[in-house]
Amino acid sequence: MNRRVLRRWVSNAMVGLMIAAVVTAVLPLLFILLDLLLKGAGSLSFDFFTRMPVPAGETGGGVAHAIVGTLIIVGIASLIGLPLGIGAGIFCAEYPGNRLATTTRFVADVMNGTPSIVVGVFAWALIVTRTKQFSALAGSCALAMLMVPMVMRTTEELVKLVPHSLREAALALGYSRWRTSLAIVLRTALPGIVTGSLLAVARVAGETAPLLFTALGSQFMNFNVTEPMAALPLTVFNYAIGPYEEWHQLAWATALVLILVVLVLSIAARLATRRRFGING
Amino acid sequence: MTTVAAPETAAPEREPASLEGSRVGDRLFKGLLTAAALAVPVLMGFLVYELYTGAKIAMVRYGLGFIWGSTWDPVAEQFGALPLIVGTLLSSFLALCIAVPLSLGVAIYLTEFAPRAVRQPVAFVIELLAAIPSVVYGLWGIFVLIPVLKKFVFPFLRDTLGFLPFFQGPIYGPSMLAASIILAIMIMPFIMSVSREVLLAVPGSQREAALALGATRWEAVTSAILPYARSGIIGAVILGLGRALGETMAVTMLIGNRNEISASLFAPGYTMAAVIANEFTEAVGDLHLASLAYVAFLLFAVTVIVNGGARLLIWRVGGQRAAGGRGA
Repeated sequence: MNRRVLRRWVSNAMVGLMIAAVVTAVLPLLFILLDLLLKGAGSLSFDFFTRMPVPAGETGGGVAHAIVGTLIIVGIASLIGLPLGIGAGIFCAEYPGNRLATTTRFVADVMNGTPSIVVGVFAWALIVTRTKQFSALAGSCALAMLMVPMVMRTTEELVKLVPHSLREAALALGYSRWRTSLAIVLRTALPGIVTGSLLAVARVAGETAPLLFTALGSQFMNFNVTEPMAALPLTVFNYAIGPYEEWHQLAWATALVLILVVLVLSIAARLATRRRFGING
Repeated sequence: MTTVAAPETAAPEREPASLEGSRVGDRLFKGLLTAAALAVPVLMGFLVYELYTGAKIAMVRYGLGFIWGSTWDPVAEQFGALPLIVGTLLSSFLALCIAVPLSLGVAIYLTEFAPRAVRQPVAFVIELLAAIPSVVYGLWGIFVLIPVLKKFVFPFLRDTLGFLPFFQGPIYGPSMLAASIILAIMIMPFIMSVSREVLLAVPGSQREAALALGATRWEAVTSAILPYARSGIIGAVILGLGRALGETMAVTMLIGNRNEISASLFAPGYTMAAVIANEFTEAVGDLHLASLAYVAFLLFAVTVIVNGGARLLIWRVGGQRAAGGRGA
């Protein structure tokens, strides 16, 4: 009898411990968001979004150059990475038995686990050493390489979810395979692919390590992609490790902007899928 | 909706095989897709090749002795990666020690015990943690976590566990332990979401059988569910390890970047990823650059092995679904 009570007590105690674990796991997120708001929101102003940095020691100044830089770098990365990832994903889903599909799937998994700093070194060796110049383009390539495996896996999974009967119906009506793939299969899977793409964009938008020695960062507004360019994560890093109190303020504000961009993108992406497919959880 | 004139009217009398191959559109489409699919392994091949050529001078000069060498002195052009490798492995190991019990607790609670209304929101919030950029964790670590650790946690650890060599010596802010704690926070969402999927894949009959035999709910977890999901959970943990090994920014900002192996966790350390992040742009000598590329090569090799092992384990249990791109 006593043993029975003890067993029940252990069970309840473990549940209590697990609830404590949930609280411990959720707390850091709340603290980070709270600290970002408390320390960053004060410095946000119209100037912050529209002005350039001021010399060290002066207050004020903004991160317009980094916002533009991030848009350009991530934009180009998406132009390269999304078509590649989506194309490879469709290939793996539409020709599943193919040996190339198996290889690509395996290599994409390896790629997904590759540290982003290693991809940065690769982009540096491939592009920066050849052009003898740090450039935004090299940064975009590094980010694109990080996007490919992520987009590819989501695309493949979603294309596979499209019912076979839809495909067969289209083929039976005389559609050619490419039109079936594009107009029927891809269109059906499109919301999910958009979600996957948004998540990938959100993730690489926050990446710092691959940009350190490719896009390098810059203190000036720059639209030339063959030159060093600023980006929001690089700006957070440089201001955070700098010695000045004003810089730390700017780092918090920039981080707040960065995290808003990333979180809005990823929340929107997840909500969109959940409503349409109900498979994302 | 599309009004493209489809040129397929000529096809019906031909046999199916040529029906597939003869169309220009089909060929073009397949060609494009094949090119995209081919690009992935080709890029990866390039990556290995470029890392190898970049590191070649250092590889020839030091060979595998690079791994055992403990001097890293760019001025004297002496390079050895042992403190970096130890730092990477130690910080990741400590991060796992903190993150694994927590994330398993959360995953088990969410799949077995939590009220239905709580499951989705909590899982959602924790997955958002995975979306926060590493540099933001670093910023938070420098200005919020480290002061707290320095003022309360580290002195407490020294007072209570000071008899252990790990918790002795002077307290700096940036340290191995601080970096490990931030790493733990960062890898927790990954371990949690993968092990949650693995746990969801355990058939309900396992749990019901255990409960029917009179097990308490916790006993059902330990006796029926965890054994069934074991290798998948180990896979999830190793996947988290892979993340931790390659994590750069937050660690660089918190570990203190000192190239020494020390027993005390309060002392600063260094990791492979951090040394690359810090020194790459400033490296002038060819040998220095090559040594950094060699470090990148080693880091890459380690993560490939670790991730490969994890995938195998996850595939064995949860099927491909659990291993897929959900982590991102």
